Amino acid sequence: MESSRFIVLPAPLIHEAPEHYACIGREGFHKRAKSFSYEQGAIDPVNVYTPILILGILAFGFAAFSIIIATLTGPKRYNRAKVDAYECGIEPTPQPMGGGRFPVKYYLTAMMFIIFDIELVFLYPWAVAFDQLELFGFLAMALFLFNLAVPFVYEWRRGGLEWD
Amino acid sequence: MNTGTFNPPEIDYLAIAPILIIFGTAVLSVLVEAFVGRTARRPVQLVLVIGSLLVALYFVISQAGTRTITANGALVIDGPALVLWGALLVLSLLGAMLMAERTLDPSGDVFAARAAALPGSEDERQFTQRGWVQTEVWPLFLFSVSGMLMFVAANDLLLMFVALEVMSLPLYLLAGMARRRRLLSQESALKYFLLGAFSSAFFLYGASLLYGFSGTVSLPGIAEAISAKPSQGPLLILGMALLVVGLLFKVGAVPFHQWTPDVYQGAPSAVTGFMAATVKIAAFGALLRVMYVAFGGIRWDWEPMLWVIAILTMFVGSIVALVQTDIKRMLAYSSIAQSGFIMLGVIAASAEGLSASLFYLIAYGFGTIGAFAVISMVRQSGGEATSLSAWAGLGRTSPVIGAVFAVFMLSLAGIPLTSGFVAKFGVFAAAIESGDTWLVIAAVVASIIAAFFYVRVIVLMYFSAPAKEPAVVAVPSAFTTIALAAGVTVTVVLGIIPQPLLELVANADVFLR
Repeated sequence: MESSRFIVLPAPLIHEAPEHYACIGREGFHKRAKSFSYEQGAIDPVNVYTPILILGILAFGFAAFSIIIATLTGPKRYNRAKVDAYECGIEPTPQPMGGGRFPVKYYLTAMMFIIFDIELVFLYPWAVAFDQLELFGFLAMALFLFNLAVPFVYEWRRGGLEWD
Repeated sequence: MNTGTFNPPEIDYLAIAPILIIFGTAVLSVLVEAFVGRTARRPVQLVLVIGSLLVALYFVISQAGTRTITANGALVIDGPALVLWGALLVLSLLGAMLMAERTLDPSGDVFAARAAALPGSEDERQFTQRGWVQTEVWPLFLFSVSGMLMFVAANDLLLMFVALEVMSLPLYLLAGMARRRRLLSQESALKYFLLGAFSSAFFLYGASLLYGFSGTVSLPGIAEAISAKPSQGPLLILGMALLVVGLLFKVGAVPFHQWTPDVYQGAPSAVTGFMAATVKIAAFGALLRVMYVAFGGIRWDWEPMLWVIAILTMFVGSIVALVQTDIKRMLAYSSIAQSGFIMLGVIAASAEGLSASLFYLIAYGFGTIGAFAVISMVRQSGGEATSLSAWAGLGRTSPVIGAVFAVFMLSLAGIPLTSGFVAKFGVFAAAIESGDTWLVIAAVVASIIAAFFYVRVIVLMYFSAPAKEPAVVAVPSAFTTIALAAGVTVTVVLGIIPQPLLELVANADVFLR
């Protein structure tokens, strides 16, 4: 199998300086850390992330600027729609009286979804590489499936699958 | 990345048997919930829980002296891990005893009849009347214990994160299941969950930065990368700081302590006692391992950081505890102050510091679980009498319980002839030996402040006139009695003859790399 199917993470930067930290002592280290400069060709993580940092600062600055300018210069006229809870621009769903109950049936469905979703997330890559994973991989997956079946059985026995 | 051949990890199943036993029993106990009839569930669960803890403890004791790294370097079983395992299992056993108690509350055990029922609703009243109990607490309890065992033995950051979650998620639920004062309990569970999830994110972010720095998540691998590189750079320092924030949250160190008083107060006292003792042990175990194994080479970078946090933790904990009027909140701030003292052992960064921290954690665990056992017994009409004013004169109306609680308070204050004194002396000595004399001076001042509020409870119990509505000590069943007796025995015995345990933690020697 080619490695292209996998995300290749950047290898760590390894410098040729086997000198042990403890050997140079506390003061020696701080001197060294100050005077050290990155070797030619080595990727400096600070420089790699500098554009992102600048972008972040610009974005934050723009947001802060817009909000401040709007509060300073904008007219303030309130109406009912403006002070209402914002819900994607549609009429807000009314809450049950006194913050009372709401049906939890969808909650059970969501729990069931999680069980099978996690199962699939792991089953799919396992199935693709099944032939390489040997017996250990098979047994590990069998155990995983058993462990996933346990909460399912629990939910089933306790009536989680009955709609009413 | 090479994808050529797959090498199955070599796992030493005997060495990690305690984790497997507890986790396997937890799975079994979910199946018990599914298939065993309602009335039989409780006894079956209790047999499973206590049996599995004892069997796991047997495996820990039987392999004393084992030093091995297994599962492709992900788990390490060394002296400190085995000592921590033993302490965690024994304290979990006592915690299980407290949670199994059901004679103290006339309407059932310490947990809500149905955790899903709306507080104050007709449903809740009916469930309580029918005498239903929520036996799901037992699988949750076992999952949490298995996570703790994994947490202190994890040798790489990924496994450590998984263990952190396995340990914490059940605790969030357990905190919200109190039978009495349910709204307070649910509020505490939500706060604990939200802040806990937040701190997990810190931990993960730190781990990812450290991976970026060293190209590995294994603790010895990070240590190697640190010594191999001439320059530390921001990735390492930032990654380490974020990782440590995640761990300090679990420890309850200032400024990551805000959840502690609310959760200690809201959770059922049995759960608070279990959690206060074991989570502290597990989190400090992991913190010590991370600091000593992965970051031992840059201790000069993290020591100033922990100095500040230790001093803040000791003083904020001790001073805020002075003004508390609720005994559970007071003990919560006391636990924060104790975290500060244990941190002295971490900062010492020496073999002495490690063994002193282990001793402190064990002494603290038994003292705390015993103190919460007493709190669960002191009751008023509406449940536990947690208001300090109700405790006035308790020492005269119930001399035995008053005396037992006084022992716990003296031990937490660090008075000689209790385990707390030996523990404090140990960490202070280790810190002085490592040259942190000023920190020890600050810690002594903080202990004096802390002693004030511990002694105040004793004064209140013995020298104050009983309150208008005095609290009554309910008669517990054998469960709480065993936990309480174990707590007070260990506290006193470790204060008078600490040598056996001191030798044990000294023989545990250093972390295996």
